[in-house]
Amino acid sequence: MFEIGLSHYLIVAGILFTLGVFGIFLNRKNVIIIMMSVELMLLAVNLNFVAFSSFLNDLVGQVFAMFILTVAAAEAAIGLAILVVFFRNRGTIAVEEISQLKG
Amino acid sequence: MTESLDLIPVLPELLVVLAAMALLMMGVFRKGDNTAAATTLAVAAMIGAMLLTWAVGGSDRLVSFGGLLVLDPFAVFVKVLILAASAITASMSLNFLDKEKLGRFEYPVLIMLATTGMMIMVSANDFLALYMGLEMQSLSLYVLAAYHRESAKATESGLKYYVLGSLASGMLLYGISLVYGFSGTTSFDGLAKLFGGEHPVHPHLGFIAGLVFVLAGLAFKISAAPFHMWAPDVYEGAPTPVTSFFAVAPKIAAMALLVRVMTGPFGELSDQWRQVVAFIALASMFIGAFAAIAQNNIKRLMAYSSIGHVGFMLVGVAAGSADGVQGVLIYLAIYLSMNVGVFAVILSMRQKGRLVEGINDLAGLGKSNPAMAAAMAVLMFSMAGIPPLAGFIGKFYVFKAAVDAGLYTLAIIGVVTSVVSAYYYLRIIKVMYFDEALESFERSGSKALGLVMAVATLVNIAFIAVPGPLLTSAKAAAAVLFPAAG
Repeated sequence: MFEIGLSHYLIVAGILFTLGVFGIFLNRKNVIIIMMSVELMLLAVNLNFVAFSSFLNDLVGQVFAMFILTVAAAEAAIGLAILVVFFRNRGTIAVEEISQLKG
Repeated sequence: MTESLDLIPVLPELLVVLAAMALLMMGVFRKGDNTAAATTLAVAAMIGAMLLTWAVGGSDRLVSFGGLLVLDPFAVFVKVLILAASAITASMSLNFLDKEKLGRFEYPVLIMLATTGMMIMVSANDFLALYMGLEMQSLSLYVLAAYHRESAKATESGLKYYVLGSLASGMLLYGISLVYGFSGTTSFDGLAKLFGGEHPVHPHLGFIAGLVFVLAGLAFKISAAPFHMWAPDVYEGAPTPVTSFFAVAPKIAAMALLVRVMTGPFGELSDQWRQVVAFIALASMFIGAFAAIAQNNIKRLMAYSSIGHVGFMLVGVAAGSADGVQGVLIYLAIYLSMNVGVFAVILSMRQKGRLVEGINDLAGLGKSNPAMAAAMAVLMFSMAGIPPLAGFIGKFYVFKAAVDAGLYTLAIIGVVTSVVSAYYYLRIIKVMYFDEALESFERSGSKALGLVMAVATLVNIAFIAVPGPLLTSAKAAAAVLFPAAG
């Protein structure tokens, strides 16, 4: 019968990661969506780590996933803080409006 | 199995972190403006950590945290550079923070935390330590970029840096997960043993994909083309002292990290990554030379100039030899001296109550402030790589290593792009000396800025006379990464 193996996990993680990357580049609306895409990428990485860890019978992957979760939380907090400051200055968080610096 | 939690090798990091926490306490409990006192203490702590690094690190390879961190002559060399860069740029920023009324005690604390992250990066001996160090550095840098929170430009640069930096971290992590999955370890020693040793394993395709992802993530952090697009915006938008910090310390740390990762765990796979590194080096040299020509903002120009310098350093990495790494280390030290000097000049020029940022505003500096113009001219000649100044020596060692490794095309293109980049460095000199002044400059330097400017200029002039100490210590530092050759 059909059995779920390592490759299935890797494919799902690969798809999630690709969605995250495309979410950052294709989204033209809102910075919050970019942040959600970044989280999606990190979750794909975590899925990879946990799948490998279970496949290899090695704990390092799960420890790594814990560290990524912690850092992702800190990263999201800092990102939102910067976004709030940006919104105070410009009154918008539309991606097209982030265009004062160029050249 | 003897795993000890030996804390001696991480004493410098501990000193910086504890000092940062003490400064946070001081900021909370002491009334009034603490910026000047906090910055002075932060500089003192970082100089102390520099001496401590020297004292702790000998010629041996010390490990701590069960092999997660390592302190070898390579780490000592780079840590001294990083701490010097952070201490110098922190002391240069006081004048600006004072004039722009931006003084807050968090500023030196953030610089110290970023510096700690960088020290962990260069000491990393495991992908877990690498990731934690990199994130500690990056998170502090995002905040520093948006430090001027009332300025639309600064917050925009912080936001851009944050989004693209997180993307790079994600790519790096995805690469690490593939490397881990297809090799079963995240330890640098373990990986080196797997592909070297007596029964070398042939790397799986998934592993190579992971290597490329890791390389892309790291290339982003050193702002090498084609992952450079954030650098000009961040350099321009961030407050100038923060830009001066960005231009030196994180770049040195990330470059050293790249060197360690490429020569350590992936050292035996140099056939796999050499083409990629050579391509990144080529692209960075081209972008650094040609994109900078059209720039009118001096901070933006410095961003493109640093992209070009990163390209030259990557030529040494692509050589993949001890000589190449020695060249990179020499280049990093000289790059530090050139950049702090240039930024000290930029930070001392004011017109109409604000910092000069346009290149055309430099007109007439040769008449109104000959000493500063002379310093700037020397530093620009050095950046262009004109002998006998220090910048030439850095390029010489990197290109020599490339030629010895048989990378003739890369070396020739490097020399050509170096000549092209001389155009915009010389343009600054031309504007300073031959164009008529439009506005007069205000006297706004400080003692620290003048000192940094003078010392950096002297170092760039006199380096050719006494290159010995730097060359030998860089050679010793590079040798530890290639134990088989020595």
